[in-house]
Amino acid sequence: MTYIFDGTFQGLLTAVFEWFERKPGKVVLKSISIFQPEAFAESFTVSTSAEKADRVWAGLQKNLKKDWQRKYYCAYLSEIPEAYNHLFQFTVYIFQNQVGAESNYGNPHVIALAKYAKSVEREKHRMEAFIRFQKTGDGLFYANIDPDFNVLPLISNHFKNRYADQSWVIYDLKRKYGLHYNLTSVEEITISFSNGADKQNLAPVLMDEREGLYATLWKDYFKSANIVARKNTKLHLQHVPKRYWKYLTEKVPI
Amino acid sequence: MFDRIREKLNILADAAKYDVSCSSSGGTRKNTNKGLGDSHTSGICHTYTEDGRCVSLLKILLTNHCIYDCLFCVSRKSNDVKRAAFTVDEVVELTMNFYRRNYIEGLFLSSGIFKNADFTMERLLLVVKKLRLEQNYNGYIHLKTIPGASDELIKEAGLYADRMSINLEMPTEAGLKLLAPEKNHGEVIKPLAFVQQQISQFTADKKLIKHVPTFVPAGQSTQMVIGATPESDKDIMYTANTFYKNFSLKRVYYSGYVPISNDTRMPVLGTQPPLLRENRLYQTDWLMRFYGFKVQEILNDANPNLDIDIDPKLSWAIRNMQHFPVDINTADYKMILRIPGIGVMSAQKIVQARKFGKLRIDQLKKIGVAYNRAKHFIVCLDSPYQLKDYQGTQIKAFILAESQSKCLKTDSNQMILF
Repeated sequence: MTYIFDGTFQGLLTAVFEWFERKPGKVVLKSISIFQPEAFAESFTVSTSAEKADRVWAGLQKNLKKDWQRKYYCAYLSEIPEAYNHLFQFTVYIFQNQVGAESNYGNPHVIALAKYAKSVEREKHRMEAFIRFQKTGDGLFYANIDPDFNVLPLISNHFKNRYADQSWVIYDLKRKYGLHYNLTSVEEITISFSNGADKQNLAPVLMDEREGLYATLWKDYFKSANIVARKNTKLHLQHVPKRYWKYLTEKVPI
Repeated sequence: MFDRIREKLNILADAAKYDVSCSSSGGTRKNTNKGLGDSHTSGICHTYTEDGRCVSLLKILLTNHCIYDCLFCVSRKSNDVKRAAFTVDEVVELTMNFYRRNYIEGLFLSSGIFKNADFTMERLLLVVKKLRLEQNYNGYIHLKTIPGASDELIKEAGLYADRMSINLEMPTEAGLKLLAPEKNHGEVIKPLAFVQQQISQFTADKKLIKHVPTFVPAGQSTQMVIGATPESDKDIMYTANTFYKNFSLKRVYYSGYVPISNDTRMPVLGTQPPLLRENRLYQTDWLMRFYGFKVQEILNDANPNLDIDIDPKLSWAIRNMQHFPVDINTADYKMILRIPGIGVMSAQKIVQARKFGKLRIDQLKKIGVAYNRAKHFIVCLDSPYQLKDYQGTQIKAFILAESQSKCLKTDSNQMILF
């Protein structure tokens, strides 16, 4: 039996609700975006319900400590197709066992969730490190990203607290939405880029006049801080994988 | 004007890069004044240079003019290098603008000693005060304590800095005397002790009074240069251990000496820095701090130097085979931590998971245990039955044969063949 849901967090939780209501036995959960009908397997499409989702989430909150609630949400944000099924099975496992069952690292779903959560947290941390703002002419600090996982919801507070006195935009080019902080609150935004616009590099005319200066100073600093005698390219690439280079001021060639 | 700033930054960043302290963790400052910056408890490495070292802080000297002539230092008086000095405002501008663009986690400010200790310390203090008081800056600040500066200045600086540090430079007094006759360890110990005593004073006050200002919340650290003088690993780690104990240091850094002088008392120019040895020392440091090892267990008169081909944890296990094999399903946490191939996270997971049932090999692998290494030292539910008891040296040979032994390839000047 295959359960199909719409890919939302609420949809995932609703699927759990539906399973407990129907008890159809062994089920695999798949997102509609990757679902391929199979000849001999039945399928059931879950229709997302906020009410049912809330009840499941309330139940999870009762059964899981804060750190595991976060792991659960992080695993969801990974957007990995198999992760949805692991989340589904994990939820059923938690409800069917005593409080504390999440520390059973011998269980395949527990260990899978812990792994997804770790990857997502690592990506979140990388974004906190690798985002580079460019100051625009009207004083806005702008940054583009295209993270492996959907981490914007996780980094919002960090940037809001840190850059409380400057307005900023962080835009996820892959998922086509961004965050805008307007000195009081963070809002979700979408930008419609005009055709042919270079999304990765802002046009120099839009920049603050001193932006180029500080970018150059930073590149200089990055070069000066390197000790040539200790060159270690392998370690360098391990810490700063090439896919992030395009957003790093210090790695963009002049 | 712009070119002058560029030149200064190049000179003063270049001179500061041999200080390896990079961490930005342990800060507790919160952005409560709607200003700029907020600490991140674990710290953030914003980028990594091509030598693989992290860049977390804008690490610069206020000036590289110096009245001292320490042989191991690029900024020594007799060295023929370009000299420069930042003004207070220049440092503040740079820090603020780099921080706003999310380039850095904060400022690491050190300085050559010009005129005298107090004069230098005063300038450093001016920078941090300006950042904190005028610019509402809450980011991380790591400040060098200048040996010989007055207690009042150090105490005031501690109110604005997150971390303070003074470098021991050489692991032993004798080594220091050889290369920097004007200096001694006593000069370092005095301010370290003073700051330590202030930290505990402020922490004690905090328990009684609600609003006590923070004082060096991220603690103190120090650094030793490795490989410039002929100390053994035992000398180095025993010194580190003493300093961890006596001054509650957060970190001791080990900096492999990069030859910068052709003085005959030190390794000649062009010698490879002892990177692998440095790595082994850090591993030992971690074993002391997070794995419950005593330094005497790892290094003693019988083993004054660390093995180069294997890490110190494996090396300890091989010398102490009487403790193994350890039963994963019954041994206590402390013993599990000592098994080669099992780290802190895996050990914690094992202890939690075994409450639900005895663990098997495939589960251990999924938990994250380096099983190929650990298998020689453990038994679990489905461990294959073994007739033979292997000697430590045999196990070492097995492990070395399996691993790609990257260490032996990169290590040119330290390998002991016979």
